[in-house]
Amino acid sequence: MPVTAVLILAAGTFAIRFAGPLLRDRVTLPEKVRELMSASATVLLLALVAVSALTNGKQFGGWALAAGVAVGGLAAWRKLPFVAIIVLAAGTTAGLRLLGVA
Amino acid sequence: MLLRDVAAVALGAAVTGASFGAISVGSGLPWWMPVLMSLVIFAGGSQFMAVGVVAAGGSPAAAVLAGLVLNARHLPFGLAVGDVLGRNPLARIVGSHLLIDESTAFAMAQRDPARARAAYWACGVSLFFTWNVGVLVGALVGQAIGDPGTFGLDAAFPAALLALTLPALKDAATRNAALAGAAIALLTTPFLPAGVPVLLALVGLVAFRTTKKEEPCPSPRS
Repeated sequence: MPVTAVLILAAGTFAIRFAGPLLRDRVTLPEKVRELMSASATVLLLALVAVSALTNGKQFGGWALAAGVAVGGLAAWRKLPFVAIIVLAAGTTAGLRLLGVA
Repeated sequence: MLLRDVAAVALGAAVTGASFGAISVGSGLPWWMPVLMSLVIFAGGSQFMAVGVVAAGGSPAAAVLAGLVLNARHLPFGLAVGDVLGRNPLARIVGSHLLIDESTAFAMAQRDPARARAAYWACGVSLFFTWNVGVLVGALVGQAIGDPGTFGLDAAFPAALLALTLPALKDAATRNAALAGAAIALLTTPFLPAGVPVLLALVGLVAFRTTKKEEPCPSPRS
């Protein structure tokens, strides 16, 4: 992660944020566009979840990793606190690896 | 009442920040990198996204692009809360940097404009503080832990993201698009350079159909 990439992302994000208050009097976004913007955020996030839970490089990421994420997802669905979700997911994966599951 | 809610959300941000710090360091970044990101980007989802794409072997360009698409939702937020920032140029600049999901939600929940302004700033400033302190602590702790694989930190990352995404998946249209996108990303991963499949997931938006019925006759303004 080069510093330049971080700074470009920061500048772009600020421009997006600053544009709203600045253009407020001149622009109204159609409802459809707003919905699409918020949906695209969710689409990207879930895709990243799927890829990082199930793959490692170009191959399957292993059962220990997949099971850990599944347990974390279950904990999130049951509305457990954020720390518990993290600890359960990491703990499951670490435990399975300790038992020799790849 | 408002302060208590803000405090609860700020505390949650500290915990999420600590996980971000620890997970980033676990993925091989130096401790100051997540700290710098949190200060200058200050948008948790896109930070997780960028680190995740690079950790999976993706190019920094793909990471930046994915992060920017993710943050595009801040544009309508800014249009919605525009007046809480006031007309003062400095307040607008600082206030824009504090424009996040939480501060927008708190401001929009208030009827009275003065209270909306107070809620926006209280939430934005507290979260900026707790998020960044959390990230710093997490990064330093993560550095002390050592090999992240042994501790299953690679599972903590997608689990954290899933927890952040879950509420938005309650909406059926969004869920269909997201599931289609995730399937596209998984199926293309063996064939495309890392980082690209996640961006390609946006094709899943063709499955995005809002359930609201079309108006029977075109409205006069269209």
